[in-house]
Amino acid sequence: METFLQQMLNGLVSGSIYALVALGYTMVYGILGLINFAHGELLMIGALVALQTISLLSSAVPGLHPAVLLLAGVATAVPVCMAVGYLIERIGYRRLRNAPRLAPLITAIGVSFLLQTLAMIIWGREFHVFPQLIDTAPMQPMAGVVVSPLQIFTIVVAFTLMGALMLLVNKTRLGRAMRATAENHRVAGLMGINANGVIAATFIIGSGLAALAGVLFASNYAIAHYAMGFTPGLKAFTAAVLGGIGNLPGAMVGGLVLGLVESFGAGYIEHLSFGFLNSSYQDIFAFMILGAVLIFRPSGLLGERVADRA
Amino acid sequence: MKLNKLIFALAAASLAAGAVHAKEVVVRIGHAGPLTGPAAAFGKDGENGARLAIEDANAKGLKIGGDTVKFELVSEDDQADPRTATTVAQRLADSGVKGVVGHVTSGASIPASRIYENAGIPVITPSSTSPKLTQQGYKMTFRVIANDLQQGNALGKYAVDQLKAKKIAVIDDRSAYGQGLADAFANAVKAAGGQVVGREFTNDKATDFMAILTKIKATTPDAVFYGGMDAQAGPLARQMKQLGMTAKFLTGDGGCTGEMIKMAGDALSATTFCTQAGIPLDKMPGGTAFRTQFKQRYGNDIHVYAPYAYDAMMSVIEAMKTANSVEPAKYQPSLKALSYQGVTGPVAFDQNGDIKGGAITVYNFSGGQWAPIQTLQ
Repeated sequence: METFLQQMLNGLVSGSIYALVALGYTMVYGILGLINFAHGELLMIGALVALQTISLLSSAVPGLHPAVLLLAGVATAVPVCMAVGYLIERIGYRRLRNAPRLAPLITAIGVSFLLQTLAMIIWGREFHVFPQLIDTAPMQPMAGVVVSPLQIFTIVVAFTLMGALMLLVNKTRLGRAMRATAENHRVAGLMGINANGVIAATFIIGSGLAALAGVLFASNYAIAHYAMGFTPGLKAFTAAVLGGIGNLPGAMVGGLVLGLVESFGAGYIEHLSFGFLNSSYQDIFAFMILGAVLIFRPSGLLGERVADRA
Repeated sequence: MKLNKLIFALAAASLAAGAVHAKEVVVRIGHAGPLTGPAAAFGKDGENGARLAIEDANAKGLKIGGDTVKFELVSEDDQADPRTATTVAQRLADSGVKGVVGHVTSGASIPASRIYENAGIPVITPSSTSPKLTQQGYKMTFRVIANDLQQGNALGKYAVDQLKAKKIAVIDDRSAYGQGLADAFANAVKAAGGQVVGREFTNDKATDFMAILTKIKATTPDAVFYGGMDAQAGPLARQMKQLGMTAKFLTGDGGCTGEMIKMAGDALSATTFCTQAGIPLDKMPGGTAFRTQFKQRYGNDIHVYAPYAYDAMMSVIEAMKTANSVEPAKYQPSLKALSYQGVTGPVAFDQNGDIKGGAITVYNFSGGQWAPIQTLQ
């Protein structure tokens, strides 16, 4: 039982990071029908920019409170990622908006390589240690189950951000404009909505979330690297599809489900398959679940709700 | 017509000039390893070691077969990827290199070795330690470092006999390296009377090990072994601590690095052990001098394998000297019979191409660094 709860907790932590990244995929898909494969790289840029700020600041002003350092890291990572996200849209995708669907997709893959290579040139090939500024000492809320303040922080921040995004999309003028643009950006334009502005805002918001996800990811695993965005990017894309791409709550549910499936998969696949499969099949297990979901619900767990996708 | 005559005259003149001046032959030797991707630091280190050997040999102005030989390094990036490795190997073979130092990872070395074998080009790996590499019966494959069977064996036996660990969990990254090491370790543990309580797997791009560690934690092991590289071993050690696990942490040479100390941070303790094929840098016959020279040339410290890459390159050059030929078919027998005093110790190969008497050293984390506690031959 303790092991089960511990696995659930592990899944929640990785799942909430996947969910944050998945939101970026799903928002862009909802509005443009474009799968922005460069999105995972924004997570990487977020983590590395934050790391750069933190190490510069801590060497310039020694003895700063860890929370100040972390806030400073976030305060630079988020705007930088937002700017990068905006530039990708403005330079890479906007001209291709009316091109056949494959063109922006290939461009997205190209942008992903470009960002990775740039990061490799700036930060080098080696793995960097990301300082764990929030305590990682295990606490025992109950016997056999351990949780660290960092893990609690990760889950709380992820859920707060998801809540804030839902409020933004459903309650504000910008959100209404986003929903209108998602339905049909030409008609929305005729109704006086600045579609270009709304699309840019979507990219900016998604990139900001990716930056935060990057800081959370790097903090949890104490690692930052120019290629670190690839795997979580792929997983988050999977999560977005699992939940129903284009659907905001779907991305959150998909992320959490994927995190839990991976965790339980690694933990129990051996028992479930009577010793036939082992933990080297944990990724396959996650994709088997994805396959099964898509066979029975081709548009994902929550489906692509066309009317209010954003 | 006039033009043809002119060309003929020029050609004749240049031939004559060549006959008069002492001939300088350029001999290209390849280096292959990951220069991009997660294992890039290892590849760059090997490349630097190999280049240093070439610069040393060139400084001596060697004469082989009557010609002054100028060695040239052709460096290729295999991204530690088996498929890229075969492409790179073919490219090196086609470009007419006379020998190759590499590849760095076993996953790349094994598929590439067949291509060098067919092309008849000797290849010496400085760091691929998978036993499979030299079990293929190839004439052109050599290695200047002890293999994983020896390494896993040594650590497995050490864990049970000296560390008194009875229940041991084994994790590997499913790479040729990690798997070979972990299998040898697990077998040695069983042979020494220990019990393998868990056998878990991850991959060489993973960062999250919480799920498999949670599963392992439930079996209350005395020690956890990881077969893989430092980029995963570091976070893995941290996550063990985060889960409140107190088991000893053991790993092979991929995690026995300075990077590992950086990556794992305060998760390392006196209960962390690792092994390295070979002997510590400062215990190598030429270790201290090599480090000084390396630092002077490149401005950074040795990662791990640079001295081995240096010795691998020097072995090729020595064999060429002995055979008095730079042609692979001619110098391969001298390589087989080589007896050379390298930076890392004496280099001589057995019938498989493995180094004779390869040493294994067990290290323990103490005082912020890896301290050698025992060298096993």
